[in-house]
Amino acid sequence: MSVSSIDVLHLDDASLVKAHQHSNRRKRLFSVLLLLLHLAYTAIFFALPIGMMLYRAVSNPELLQAFPRTITALSEVNAATPTLLPEAPVFDALEQDFINAPNIAVIGEAARRLNYENSGYRFLIMSTARQYKKPASDDPLVTTAQQRLAAIDPRWVSPQLWADFRRASPAYSPYYLLAALDLKQTDQGVEAVPENQRVYIDLILKTLKIALIVSLLCLLLGFPFAALMVKASRPVQVLLFLAVMLPFWTSLLARTTAWIVVLQEKGIVNTLLLRLGLIDQPLPMIFNLLGVYIVMVHILLPFSVLPLYNVMKSIPPHYMRASASLGAHPLRGFFHVYLPMTLTGIGSGTLLTFIVAAGYYVTPTLVGSAREQMLGYFIAFYTNTTVNWGMASALGLVLIACVLVIYLLAARLVGIRQIAGLR
Amino acid sequence: MSSLNKRLAIALVLSAATTLAQARDLTVVGFGGATQEAFDKAYFKPFAAQSGKPFVQDTYGGGLAKQKAMVESGNPTWDLVQMDQNEMELACEQGLLEDLDHKQLKNAPEVNPEAFSTCGVGAFVWSEVMTYDPKKFGADGPKSWADFWNVKKWPGKRGLRKQARMTLEIALMADGVAPTDVYKVLATKQGQDRAFAKLDEIKPYIQWWETGAQPLEWLAAGNVAVTAAYNGRIAIANQQGSNFPLIWQQQLYSMDYWTIIKNTPNKDQSYKLLDYILSSKAQAEFAHAIPYGIVNTKASAALDAKTVDALPNAPANMKDALLLDTPFWVNYEEDLMNRFTRWVAQ
Repeated sequence: MSVSSIDVLHLDDASLVKAHQHSNRRKRLFSVLLLLLHLAYTAIFFALPIGMMLYRAVSNPELLQAFPRTITALSEVNAATPTLLPEAPVFDALEQDFINAPNIAVIGEAARRLNYENSGYRFLIMSTARQYKKPASDDPLVTTAQQRLAAIDPRWVSPQLWADFRRASPAYSPYYLLAALDLKQTDQGVEAVPENQRVYIDLILKTLKIALIVSLLCLLLGFPFAALMVKASRPVQVLLFLAVMLPFWTSLLARTTAWIVVLQEKGIVNTLLLRLGLIDQPLPMIFNLLGVYIVMVHILLPFSVLPLYNVMKSIPPHYMRASASLGAHPLRGFFHVYLPMTLTGIGSGTLLTFIVAAGYYVTPTLVGSAREQMLGYFIAFYTNTTVNWGMASALGLVLIACVLVIYLLAARLVGIRQIAGLR
Repeated sequence: MSSLNKRLAIALVLSAATTLAQARDLTVVGFGGATQEAFDKAYFKPFAAQSGKPFVQDTYGGGLAKQKAMVESGNPTWDLVQMDQNEMELACEQGLLEDLDHKQLKNAPEVNPEAFSTCGVGAFVWSEVMTYDPKKFGADGPKSWADFWNVKKWPGKRGLRKQARMTLEIALMADGVAPTDVYKVLATKQGQDRAFAKLDEIKPYIQWWETGAQPLEWLAAGNVAVTAAYNGRIAIANQQGSNFPLIWQQQLYSMDYWTIIKNTPNKDQSYKLLDYILSSKAQAEFAHAIPYGIVNTKASAALDAKTVDALPNAPANMKDALLLDTPFWVNYEEDLMNRFTRWVAQ
């Protein structure tokens, strides 16, 4: 160390500039490396999973993997007459596909996919596959592949099956995305599913409604609270801060379960009200919409309060005094001086609460009834229960799209830099 | 580093790597609750004591997602898994489970041959029956699923499992369909509409449960008056001091299975545990711990009359019983579950 500093003392100006540049370059290289690390992190843990989800929502490889020969044969013959039965080469190819299937899992996946088109196809595919595992029977009357397949199950010679088969066969299909919007593909084009099967549009609206009401309630409660936090004396401020943050540091599940104990039929609140004689019958406050609102508002309150507090803290108190000294009523001062300056906090806090609320899953599941389930519930339902990951991905995409639209709308109204907290 | 040191280091790293690959302990996974406690008492604890090897238990709520994820990623973290019949069939078709090798099971000859399937062997026979709060209705309680719908005579909330399977069968039986005809009717669009229309009649009264323990907790807390529940759960609650009647009339029964996850590194150990589970001694122990039907014929023949009477497959309990039709549900479950989930959310 000491040796090199002595060296520097003896250097001329040119080499000094050079050394400076050199050290600058190293610093810059270091920042670029840090940035690259961050970019790689974002790519691996954010962009990649979302990209995979996008892919899952349109990927449709099941039939292509199980019946490659059949699909090739289908594309070569009578594509113009989809209402008719395919010709003999298609049945031959189908038979070959069944005989040469690499394993039962590939057939099973195709059966699952085809079953979405019409319940019962799963059994058709699996029973046919089982037949082809056995040694062939020698019936002299049955000579063609078509006859053999028809003997196993007459549905193999119905035009309906082949129309469904064709629709389910492309490597990429809008099937899941359309289904997530209560639409379906038919031979005549895209149309809405029958009235009694529509569910997702309602569900999306319900999810957005719950998220909106929760974020507005959080704003109503959070605004005065944040203002109080700014105004209060130091000890009270600490107390208020703990009141917001302490629950925030507790496990989500623990808080949700605690609310069930408080609000249930024989819970603390109902028992108290009954003892006081204020009510005759316990109020239903949990396992319904009211319960969902109470618990979600409590859990999400910090997301509203903290941005508001941040903004309010930076508003100089003498602005309000100035407006009062100029003769403005405190209310007028509030609406014309104070409120406009908190708009960024309101915008970012409410938006943050909204985005988090729209993706909520555990809380509505635990404290809502079957009617209060949001999009997240259905995504989990398709992921875990039916293992229909295409549908789960499509619903996930719909959720992302909705949040993105709301975000962009808010960015237009309030400004993207304010929302990001950059100003 | 000298070459000897280097070699030593490489050997150390390699042995560490191989122990890591084999380090995962045998992991057995069930649906939890009272049944898993009975498993633990009758099977897992004695086996762990006998084998002397560490042993992990886990629980899950059914479904194929985890099995699919672990098999597709080539990193199975489960070994022996309890599954219900139609999920086992689906998982088997999708190549998530090992084909069961009877030669690895010494006790296989003692097991009822009907309990074997390609990818699994019967764990136990269970049943969903009706029960009610005796404090509310005394001896004059509801006796059939039709009575379950009668909210005038027997007022109060009704508990049903939040799923299409079993719920739709119950609705049709309540609507007067004979148990033998239930699946014929349910395979038609009109039959499905009929089941949902019947459910519409008591929809506001239904409180949906999702785990086997819930209906009995709710019954004890007075939140529901009449409920469907698993017979084993009711028996356990009654052992602990409750007095809930079991209405065997029109019970719905099926079998759960033991399955082995495809390509698990603990395959041999899994077969050893499974073989222990199928032994007559362990099976008798299980039937005493919880009244579910067992598959070892030698063990069932030796059971005392009192234990037998409490089993779902006791002759007296089988009158008008409905065996869940697995091929039907393998075909229709996704469609009907979708419709059911939508209907519930409306």
